[in-house]
Amino acid sequence: MANEMLSYIDRTSPIHRLTGATKLVCFILWSTAAMLTYDTRILLFLFIASLVIFYVSKIQLRDILFVLIFILVFLLINNIAIYLFSPQEGVKIYGTSHVLVEFAGRYNMTLEQLFYQLNITLKYLTVIPAALLFIVTTHPSEFAASLNRIGVSYRIAYAVSLALRYIPDVQRDFRNIAKAQQARGLDMSKNEKFLKRVKNASAVLAPLILSSLEKIEIISNAMELRGFGKKKKRTWYNARPFQKRDYTAIILFVLMLIVTLLITYHDGSRFYNPFS
Amino acid sequence: MKKPVIEFQNYHFKYDSQKQPTLKNINLTIYEGEKVLIVGPSGSGKSTIGHCINGLIPFSYKGEIQGSLKIMGKEASDLDIFSISKMVGTVLQDPDGQFIGLSVGEDIAFALENDCTPQPEMVKTVKEVAAMVDMDAFLDASVHHLSGGQKQRVSLAGVMVDNVNILLFDEPLANLDPATGKHAIHLIDQIQKETNTTVVIIEHRLEDVLYRHVDRIIVVDDGEILADQNPNELFSTDILEKVKIREPLYLKAIKYAGGAITKDLEPADFSRFRAETFREQLRKWYEEVTLNEEPPEAEPILELNRVSFGYTPKKETVHDVSFTINKGEMVSIVGKNGAGKSTISKLICGFETPNAGKIIFSGQDITNESITERSLKIGMVLQNPNHMISKHMIFDEVALGLVARGVPEAEIRERVEETLKICGLYPFRNWPISALSFGQKKRVTIASILVLQPELIILDEPTAGQDFRHYTDIMEFLMELNRNGLTILLITHDMHLMLEYTDRAIVLCDGRKIADDQSVRILSDPQLIEQANLKETSLFELATKTGFTDPIKFVERFIAYDREGRNHGK
Repeated sequence: MANEMLSYIDRTSPIHRLTGATKLVCFILWSTAAMLTYDTRILLFLFIASLVIFYVSKIQLRDILFVLIFILVFLLINNIAIYLFSPQEGVKIYGTSHVLVEFAGRYNMTLEQLFYQLNITLKYLTVIPAALLFIVTTHPSEFAASLNRIGVSYRIAYAVSLALRYIPDVQRDFRNIAKAQQARGLDMSKNEKFLKRVKNASAVLAPLILSSLEKIEIISNAMELRGFGKKKKRTWYNARPFQKRDYTAIILFVLMLIVTLLITYHDGSRFYNPFS
Repeated sequence: MKKPVIEFQNYHFKYDSQKQPTLKNINLTIYEGEKVLIVGPSGSGKSTIGHCINGLIPFSYKGEIQGSLKIMGKEASDLDIFSISKMVGTVLQDPDGQFIGLSVGEDIAFALENDCTPQPEMVKTVKEVAAMVDMDAFLDASVHHLSGGQKQRVSLAGVMVDNVNILLFDEPLANLDPATGKHAIHLIDQIQKETNTTVVIIEHRLEDVLYRHVDRIIVVDDGEILADQNPNELFSTDILEKVKIREPLYLKAIKYAGGAITKDLEPADFSRFRAETFREQLRKWYEEVTLNEEPPEAEPILELNRVSFGYTPKKETVHDVSFTINKGEMVSIVGKNGAGKSTISKLICGFETPNAGKIIFSGQDITNESITERSLKIGMVLQNPNHMISKHMIFDEVALGLVARGVPEAEIRERVEETLKICGLYPFRNWPISALSFGQKKRVTIASILVLQPELIILDEPTAGQDFRHYTDIMEFLMELNRNGLTILLITHDMHLMLEYTDRAIVLCDGRKIADDQSVRILSDPQLIEQANLKETSLFELATKTGFTDPIKFVERFIAYDREGRNHGK
């Protein structure tokens, strides 16, 4: 349900049992590996591995479907934009040009460009499930603690975790406000013309922003009144000590990063070239 | 002899954003172990006094301070908000908004975490404090799944971990149903006795706070202290009437009967109040009041027929609810927090679709009509006006719904102006909404629905968070609309509202309808009161105490007389 989008999903799985800090470190290692390499073999391996981890976490596809579709749409737009602005990037990288379909001049579709964009897409597909997984398997109260543990200032860590925590609240407010405005005749459904819908949607945003500001004022007062920000450091009620499985996970991910970097850089290029 | 813990001396305060000072020449001393109640209408400055005590002034809200305020003997302006928070623990109005932790334990621990308390010690302290408020069995529960009363307990524990000297409660009853409010007052009393903390309560629901003893009542109006007295003394004056604070109903009844209240009758504590003194006077008054029975019109406008609904397939929020609202009625829907009151209103407006059952409006089945279609007949006013207002100017806000429906401009102008006149907003029509008070904003949202000319309007907690004067204004306004033929459905947990303004009430409990009767009868049924977290009215007890055989008739007469008085007062 969209209601619970991007909030913690409570299941029992090995992934849930890891401490938040471990998951965060692993996620960073994982993204570093995926970002640095353009080696298709590694990306494919990481992509499949991320599907396996996803399966182990017992998170279902429908739990995150809404966000996933949202991100995939952006991915598509991104791909189109790359093609529009730099249609010969693949040729430049791989040094050959196999034209598949002829459009006008530089917009000819080449196998190299398609392959390059496939790599980019794979990168996204490797990182996105991991990021979503980190968010939905880390208990929100551990979220700030884990950010803080890896060196992020606790003020920033708290800001991030509060923001995440308010997502369901804001969604609920949004629905209430939207429906109340619809009940005044401001139709936002498909029955209305697009421009009018956008205009009507703005009637929801203004009250939504105002009521969110109201919430922020209350919570920041409440936090100040209970001594938040007094000292440079703070302790965490819910902090969990590292266990064997946490160390194991981190070591595994460090090894993974090293191996992928070795493979990526051993021939001096970050790209795997099937064309030569 | 007694040690002062809070001392205001010739204290003035002006918010930077305002021209006039909010507090003028405040002189007030509160002593260790005292329990003090601060009352006053909205905008009187009572919350500002609270902000001065807990340090939000001047640390969060900037302004000009003159004079001196000492907390625990130290000048407040020399302290920072953190040292003040070690001495003054504040429980804010809305428990949901002030939870920082997600689980009970985590929220209670928040202040300790900020103090860098080591984890093992923290766990121990949290357990001890939770036990003081009876929440130690719920340490791992999510704060959002607690009942209203439990939430209040957690908020209280969250400030008690600091071993504060002063507990400050900012309108603790505003969001609680009547029975929970009563428990909260009892809990505050109990904690105060056990720990000998100084307690300051800011609240305008006077009768509810007086369920337990308070040492002093401080009446604030227009930034000044009007009275600083023992409750018994205060009730023998007419100060409360002057500043429009609602007196306890039992005292109002006696005043109607012409009785003079003196302090030696102990009017502040109903269980000790010598009501028998007024037996004869009350009886005489009772004989004189006439009830004018209006013939009830029985043409149904809205019918719910065996409606069931759940947000998730497994859990039903509303089970098999049926009721009928007749044309021209004004009816309350009451019940404890989470009983399904708001869900029912959403079903009626089409925000949600029932899983089973039918909704019939003027003989027509509207179960499958969209929100927009229903909005031609039914209007809905949300509790928080800020959730509805999206325009800058009052005129535009009220016109919004008509513009969206493509009504011609000349007609819009005419209809908006007429509605603004009805709502008493016409003089402000070209004002920005931000310049209005909370109560006026509420009126704007009601106007923006009325302008669409619905036959039925539903208001969710129309008077929440408003003082007696604004409450009376809004309710009188609704009564007038009702007399002009509008059918009104009110969702509320305010017993006074239900008793004084709506003849009939529907009681929900855990998603089921458990009663549908005259308000007076509902509030005289102890079993129903218990089940739905309602609260009996002191009028019944007064009637019983003074020997009336039929207390219900007594209450009916009181309400008739009260309404009559309000109508003449205009």
